[in-house]
Amino acid sequence: MSRLKILALLPLAVALSGCNYVVLAPAGDIAAQQRDLVIISTVLMLLIVLPVMALTVLFAWRYRQSNTTARYEPDWDHSTKLELVIWSAPLLIIVCLGALTWMGTHLLDPYRTLGRIHADRAIDQSKAPLEVDVVALDWKWLFIYPDYGIATVNDLAAPVDRPINFRITASSVMNSFYIPALAGQIYAMPGMETKLHAVVNHAGTYKGFSANYSGAGFSGMHFNFQGLDDKGFDGWVAQAKSAGGSLGRAEYLQLEKPSENEPVRRWGTVDSDLYRLILNMCVETGKMCQSEMMAIDAKGGNGHEGLNNTLPLSYDKYARRGTALGPEPSFVVGTCTPDAPQGQTTAAIKAPLDTAPLLGAGLKRPTFTPLRSSSFFLGQRPKSDS
Amino acid sequence: MSPDLLKLIFGRLGIDSLPLHEPILVGTFAVVALGGVTLLAGLTYFRLWGYLWREWFTSVDHKRIGVMYMVLGIVMLLRGFADALMMRAQQAMAFGGSEGFLPAHHYDQVFTAHGVIMIFFVAMPLVTGLMNFVVPLQIGARDVSFPFLNNFSFWMTVGGAVLVMLSLFIGEFARTGWLAYPPLSNIGYSPDVGVDYYIWGLQVAGVGTTLSGINLICTIVKLRCPGMTMMRMPVFTWTSLCTNILIVASFPVLTVVLALLSLDRYVGTNFFTNDFGGSPMMYVNLIWIWGHPEVYILVLPAFGIFSEVTSTFSGKRLFGYTSMVYATVVITILSYLVWLHHFFTMGSGASVNSFFGITTMIISIPTGAKMFNWLFTMYRGRIRYELPMLWTIAFMLTFVIGGMTGVLLAVPPADFVLHNSLFLIAHFHNVIIGGVVFGAFAGINYWFPKAFGFRLDPFWGKCSFWFWVTGFYMAFMPLYVLGLMGVTRRLRVFDDPSLQIWFVIAAIGAGLVFLGILSMLMQFAVSFLKREQLKDVTGDPWDARTLEWATSSPPPDYNFAFTPVVHDNDAWWDMKKRGYQRPLTGFKPIHMPSSTGTGIILAGFATAMGFGLIWYMWWLAALSFIAMLAVGIGHTFNYHRDFDIPADDVIRTEDARTKLLAGAK
Amino acid sequence: MTVAVNPTQTGEPVFYLADEHPHPEGYSTSLGFWIYLMSDCLIFAMLFAAFGVLGANYAAGPAPKDLFDLDLVAVNTSMLLLSSITYGFAMLTMQQNKVAQTQMWLLITGLFGAAFIGIELTEFAHMIHEGATPQRSAFLSAFFTLVGTHGLHVSCGLIWLVTLMVQVWKFGLIEANRRRLMCLSMFWHFLDVVWIGVFTFVYLLGVLR
Repeated sequence: MSRLKILALLPLAVALSGCNYVVLAPAGDIAAQQRDLVIISTVLMLLIVLPVMALTVLFAWRYRQSNTTARYEPDWDHSTKLELVIWSAPLLIIVCLGALTWMGTHLLDPYRTLGRIHADRAIDQSKAPLEVDVVALDWKWLFIYPDYGIATVNDLAAPVDRPINFRITASSVMNSFYIPALAGQIYAMPGMETKLHAVVNHAGTYKGFSANYSGAGFSGMHFNFQGLDDKGFDGWVAQAKSAGGSLGRAEYLQLEKPSENEPVRRWGTVDSDLYRLILNMCVETGKMCQSEMMAIDAKGGNGHEGLNNTLPLSYDKYARRGTALGPEPSFVVGTCTPDAPQGQTTAAIKAPLDTAPLLGAGLKRPTFTPLRSSSFFLGQRPKSDS
Repeated sequence: MSPDLLKLIFGRLGIDSLPLHEPILVGTFAVVALGGVTLLAGLTYFRLWGYLWREWFTSVDHKRIGVMYMVLGIVMLLRGFADALMMRAQQAMAFGGSEGFLPAHHYDQVFTAHGVIMIFFVAMPLVTGLMNFVVPLQIGARDVSFPFLNNFSFWMTVGGAVLVMLSLFIGEFARTGWLAYPPLSNIGYSPDVGVDYYIWGLQVAGVGTTLSGINLICTIVKLRCPGMTMMRMPVFTWTSLCTNILIVASFPVLTVVLALLSLDRYVGTNFFTNDFGGSPMMYVNLIWIWGHPEVYILVLPAFGIFSEVTSTFSGKRLFGYTSMVYATVVITILSYLVWLHHFFTMGSGASVNSFFGITTMIISIPTGAKMFNWLFTMYRGRIRYELPMLWTIAFMLTFVIGGMTGVLLAVPPADFVLHNSLFLIAHFHNVIIGGVVFGAFAGINYWFPKAFGFRLDPFWGKCSFWFWVTGFYMAFMPLYVLGLMGVTRRLRVFDDPSLQIWFVIAAIGAGLVFLGILSMLMQFAVSFLKREQLKDVTGDPWDARTLEWATSSPPPDYNFAFTPVVHDNDAWWDMKKRGYQRPLTGFKPIHMPSSTGTGIILAGFATAMGFGLIWYMWWLAALSFIAMLAVGIGHTFNYHRDFDIPADDVIRTEDARTKLLAGAK
Repeated sequence: MTVAVNPTQTGEPVFYLADEHPHPEGYSTSLGFWIYLMSDCLIFAMLFAAFGVLGANYAAGPAPKDLFDLDLVAVNTSMLLLSSITYGFAMLTMQQNKVAQTQMWLLITGLFGAAFIGIELTEFAHMIHEGATPQRSAFLSAFFTLVGTHGLHVSCGLIWLVTLMVQVWKFGLIEANRRRLMCLSMFWHFLDVVWIGVFTFVYLLGVLR
């Protein structure tokens, strides 16, 4: 269709396009309450914004130069009454809005467990909430269902009217986990966990995506979220189970490599410890977990011995990629992870099957090798890296 | 030559750093190079180099520097807007499996560059330029407190702009978004020069901005003419004072954040890394502690401009001067207490979120009061619809919408559904275009006759006005709609075909804005050609109220032959009303600062140092740094930086004006 | 600004100064320099904040108590404090117009400053040699950056001090040089104050932690 035709059809298209104002017509109770807050706040503000706009037009018209019948008082510049009004009117609106904000923010805090399923339905205590662990990868979403032992990429489903507890983290850079029809977004950050509590009230398929730019493959980083009835959900779980395959640490390390526009993938079984390892950034064996590191730090560090517990990094993921003036990249060696009990700390990180450096569409390796030699840290970088 | 030697000389710069494979960039380069060569040849042919160097580049005159800032802002506007057009075109095209015309590698640079350029090298220079030009005139001073520093600040800003422009043709710009959040902007995920261009471009320009802030604060505090108490200062001067306080109290934060990021990138420290205890969230907090005041740095002077314009063209004293001043001060203070509203979605907890949400809303109270003050200034006035007033009316109608959506976004649960969406994009363009850009255009149309002695052509000005206003609404109202459909920002391709129509409308809107920009350039050209018709001999073409209109247009180097004495807020209005007679005799020599090339040389070395650091050419960075130190220290050995304008020259200038004024009557 | 702005005896308002004196050179300098110092103070405030956030993130590495040698830091602190005192003497002798004595005190101040930098560099070298590099943990990154930025400021102050000594030597204690000595004096004492913060929050509280 030519540009002109599009233009000619423009008004019609606007009227007929059947636009999906998902933020204003969501399918989940949390998003619906957030929508209500958007509308109430807007109406409250329109109370003052509309009169201001009307007065602007009115004054601009009435006191135009050519209208010599209008009063002209060039030295009138003060009126205490009027000043009181113009400060207190916005103040009143903000007092109302502030109260609304305080309540709304606490009620709709993503960390708060749900208080209801729907405006007229309370929580059904007999049903345990659905637990979903979410990991933002470059550039796809990994969903782990710990209760069912399944995992998927870019495919999320939940039964209608059953509360969902999301635990959210990321593998490399910051993303934002957002399903507009379900609930507001929250950031997914590496090494940190955010939470989201939500529920879907209507069956259907909805869009979910990352709402925080994260690099070259960002545009393709979306998935479908399905609200299913209980039977449908069981079917969905069975489908994942039947997909077979197992997502363990080695598979994960392959999976987390940058890739774009990933199709849906499913695993029938999943390493039950995987999410914890991802969150603590220690999927690679031999690497110290954040939780362990924080526990050591809370006790005052590892002292002088701690100076030597780093090793050169051959698997180039989480650490810096060798800065121009800094030393070789390294990682902190774990002391008592299940796979590397004490005494085995000299083992280098176990790289994924393919040791080629990680290269996403947007990630080039720097063409520059560091100035300084590796004298700062133990060992050498492998040849393939330089 | 051996590769080692090459690396020593050129660092990581090589032939493959030039974007020869990107036809758009090669084309742009050809056009820019052709235009540049024509310009340089023209300057050489008309023997303008000496004139430019003596009268402009080395000038410490605040008026000249102000004009140069404006030129920089408008030139960079063209670049920033070209980026905007490319984004709009890409998003309008990339549907139904189409990849559009920009690959991710290029598109991601485009939106990053657009944001950085528009904020740092368009809005900031326009605002700083107007403050530089107007403030000393408004307070009856002869120049700013530190004229040399002023020149240096300007050239540092230019240096930053040069670095950002260089990234277009040598290497690439950051692909991180305009605030370059780590870990994405850290060496692990952005190993190439883009983020380094970003860092050094902003660092070099940031030094200039901070120094210019210090300079203008001193100027306003120390150099006001007799009688001008704080509460008699024109509102534009007040907002400038607050803006510069904000600059001095926020740009150092940006300097630190970027310095820490560059330490991470250059020496491998762990401030914002994921591992080794670093905290990317700290970057987000710190950069917004700068970033939010930055918004008010831009918009406060615009508020000042609207105050001057409303009062002048309504032929009326400003309503509620005192509450206007207090509102400005309150906004200044509160702007430091709201930064977290830029990332409610980080999971700070309900109490923290609602605290920052409510402080944000509180800012709308003084802002609302200001809006009412302008309204009641118009009330019972005699409004003349000259161009500055048109821009002001457009501002008042547009800005309240942006303000409303802003307060909406300050409600954390509402922000959860609208954050990072096109609704947010529409909101901040609504306040920045509707506030800052309209304000700058009102200011340009208002003070142009003061700067050049002739008015701007109203016909092309009105064309520009209508194209801009309709274009703005067409470009950004669809984005509000798209935001409510849950469309997020910075997307390059789309699946849902029903969205396309809105992007097409937005692209047409951007096209209209482009016509608005062209009309404005046309306006400048036509006005220059018709300058005899549009001439202003009185020095007071708008029957205005503040001191800058008391002197000639353009003002003499020394601004005022005698320092004025002020008795009223509207000093010049008061003088006119009470039969002020311009002094015709008794002129004396006037003490003025001399021009110096040190500022441009120092900034040149700073830029070279930035370039060296970006490309790891350590020798260049070290040499430029040493040169900068040497020139800087050398400059302090010059104890004679002033001269006297002889009385004869003053008499000649003032007599010429007397004749001109007599001729006008 | 105590200029007569009231109407003259004839009752006519005065709209301009017929007989004005230009502002003396350096009229705004001390205010300007104060504002600059405050912006610099903000730089340190941010670095302190970064240290506050990251100061306990040792990444399973060494903590302050393993690294800091408080005796050395105490000596170092006294160097800087003494240099502030001797700078004060330099300013006193400057008031009395004694060029040679001023220069002598400035020289002593410079030597104390250089000693401070020397000790700090020794400390850094020792830590880096041990392996406690700025890259080892976020705590060490923040530590080296905060203390190093202060050291960089002192080094700039030393360059400035030498420049001023040359200028005093060449041009004497003229008005401009007095003003510059005054500014450097504020800068120097400011760095002293910042150091007290560093000493307290980084070293003392760090070792206590």
